[in-house]
Amino acid sequence: MFYRENGQFKTSYEADQALFPIMQDRVFIVVLLLVAFVGIPLLADEYLFRAILIPFLILSLAAVGLNILVGYCGQISLGTGGFMMVGAYAAYNLAVRVPDLNMLVVFILAGLITTVVGMIFGIPSLRIKGLYLAVATLAAQFFLDWLFSRVKWFTNDSSSGSVSAPVLQVFGFRWDSPVEKYLFVLSVVVLFSLIARNLVRSHIGRSWMATRDMDVAAEIIGIRPVYAKLSAFAVSSFIVGIAGALWGFVHLGSWEPLAFDVNRSFSLLFMVIIGGLGSILGSFLGAAFIVILPLLLNQVPHWLGLPMSTATAAHFEAMIFGALIIFFLIVEPHGLARLWAIAKEKLRLWPFPH
Amino acid sequence: MGPFIEVVLGGLMAGVLYSLVALGFVLIYKASGVFNFAQGAMVLLAALAFARFSEVMPMPVAFVLAALLMVGAAFVIERMVLRHLVNQEGIILFLATFGITYFIEGFGPQVFGDDIYRIDLGMPKEPKIVLESMFDGGILINLEDFIAAGIAAALVTFLAIFFQKTATGRALRAVADDHQAAQSVGIPLNRIWVIVWSVSGFVALVAGMIWGSKLGVQFSLVLIALKAIPVVILGGFTSVPGAIVGGLIIGVGEKIAEVYLGPIIGGGIENWFAYVLALGFLLFRPEGLFGERRIERV
Repeated sequence: MFYRENGQFKTSYEADQALFPIMQDRVFIVVLLLVAFVGIPLLADEYLFRAILIPFLILSLAAVGLNILVGYCGQISLGTGGFMMVGAYAAYNLAVRVPDLNMLVVFILAGLITTVVGMIFGIPSLRIKGLYLAVATLAAQFFLDWLFSRVKWFTNDSSSGSVSAPVLQVFGFRWDSPVEKYLFVLSVVVLFSLIARNLVRSHIGRSWMATRDMDVAAEIIGIRPVYAKLSAFAVSSFIVGIAGALWGFVHLGSWEPLAFDVNRSFSLLFMVIIGGLGSILGSFLGAAFIVILPLLLNQVPHWLGLPMSTATAAHFEAMIFGALIIFFLIVEPHGLARLWAIAKEKLRLWPFPH
Repeated sequence: MGPFIEVVLGGLMAGVLYSLVALGFVLIYKASGVFNFAQGAMVLLAALAFARFSEVMPMPVAFVLAALLMVGAAFVIERMVLRHLVNQEGIILFLATFGITYFIEGFGPQVFGDDIYRIDLGMPKEPKIVLESMFDGGILINLEDFIAAGIAAALVTFLAIFFQKTATGRALRAVADDHQAAQSVGIPLNRIWVIVWSVSGFVALVAGMIWGSKLGVQFSLVLIALKAIPVVILGGFTSVPGAIVGGLIIGVGEKIAEVYLGPIIGGGIENWFAYVLALGFLLFRPEGLFGERRIERV
């Protein structure tokens, strides 16, 4: 009754091509942004920022990056953790070695360095595809793991092997407290989500999707697979690299390669699949699911008042997590984003049957 | 010359052990088109079960019971997971096996305990020196590894005959080619899946016993799946001989690199070397050494 586009006539090409063509969607987005930028900083407490909101936002950004590669271009990657690691260490080295550099420039440069690394490891995608490629990207993960834990130059010769990021300072303002960090991350994430959302509906995005659906057919209609695949790797790595730099500088503060190990890659792939392949919104839903679920599972025994040893709790957590992944794949293989789309369809008719 | 041969032999033996795990991957991929990430977890479950059963009963009984447990697991997986995912894309099935992995990684230690358990198969452990007449100081070999290699060879022969000569084997290959087509000529998909997951559970049991007797049964057994993955892509997902040859190449390559290249670039390269080696092969043969070449049509 409330959510329908009746009477919203488009009278210009701009209106026709708008990012959110339906008025209700625009209102919804504006309200959401208001809540995120104004409401949450006023209401949420420190724990919420540190444990949920900041990790959720940064991982959403990484998932958006991965979704471009996996969901839009169809190139499965299990090396995302490695690319996040490149972003984090690149930002660290830039910040430590060139202290006067503006932090925003550091993040952008870190993203660009990750882009180069991602494109190098994307070259095999021109020859191999599907699961073979997925496994080949594991090579990137393990190689980068080794590189950053063995080569001392990258960690600035720190004796423990872990590095500490300098305080986040942009234009003379220190983003120090959880609320400030949250606002910083939120701005970055909103900016890159908008860019990604626009990119995937441009001609580049269309060439990615054509390559995903069938690369041979795409080649025949004049899309160069080299450009399509490598540009997907480049854009994806750039976003993932910036997410990695944020993860290191804003969320962790100090870290070692273990923070970006192969499990990080796997959990990012879960986010993309559970959230929905080929959907920017899905990346956010998936990230929320994967970030919040372990915290919830951790709390359930307390709520029920069950005395449970840590080992038992950890085992049950793993079992429930595994079962839920399978459950979601069975119930909705196209992810949470599809559920959202279905809900919207239903809402257009509600409360009438037709 | 002696040390070099020793390194190669050591690599071959390690390679056989990788192949054993890789076989499990290949079997399931061949028969259901699923890349089963849970193979490592299945090795852990089988080894844990065998280790704990053999504490209270004679070893053959424990072996049979552990094998039955793996068959039971195959039934449950088919019933709860695969049956609902017929005709989904490969990536969805791949992710579902991640769910199975997490589940087993919680379930196995919860039921059987998460300490380090020992399996004693009564295999000779002490190394032996052979061919002293040909080389200075002879060559140091490990009898245990030779027995493991023998078991692996027997297993592979058995599987090759099973796949090529029996009606069930033919049905398995048909299902791997095309779910729908196989179904339409009357092959019971569900039963085939139970069979192939049982067989691969059996392979996991054998692999788990041999690895377990070498390293002790512990949680880190799941990580050998990550070691076996480059073997599978090198040999080709669909080829049983590929798993063996791939395992041998990776085993030897890894050992040689560790001994001769490792000191130069700082050691610790065993985690990624196998992957880079496999990647190098893939650039020249994208479907693996023995994999079937896919013909794509628009």
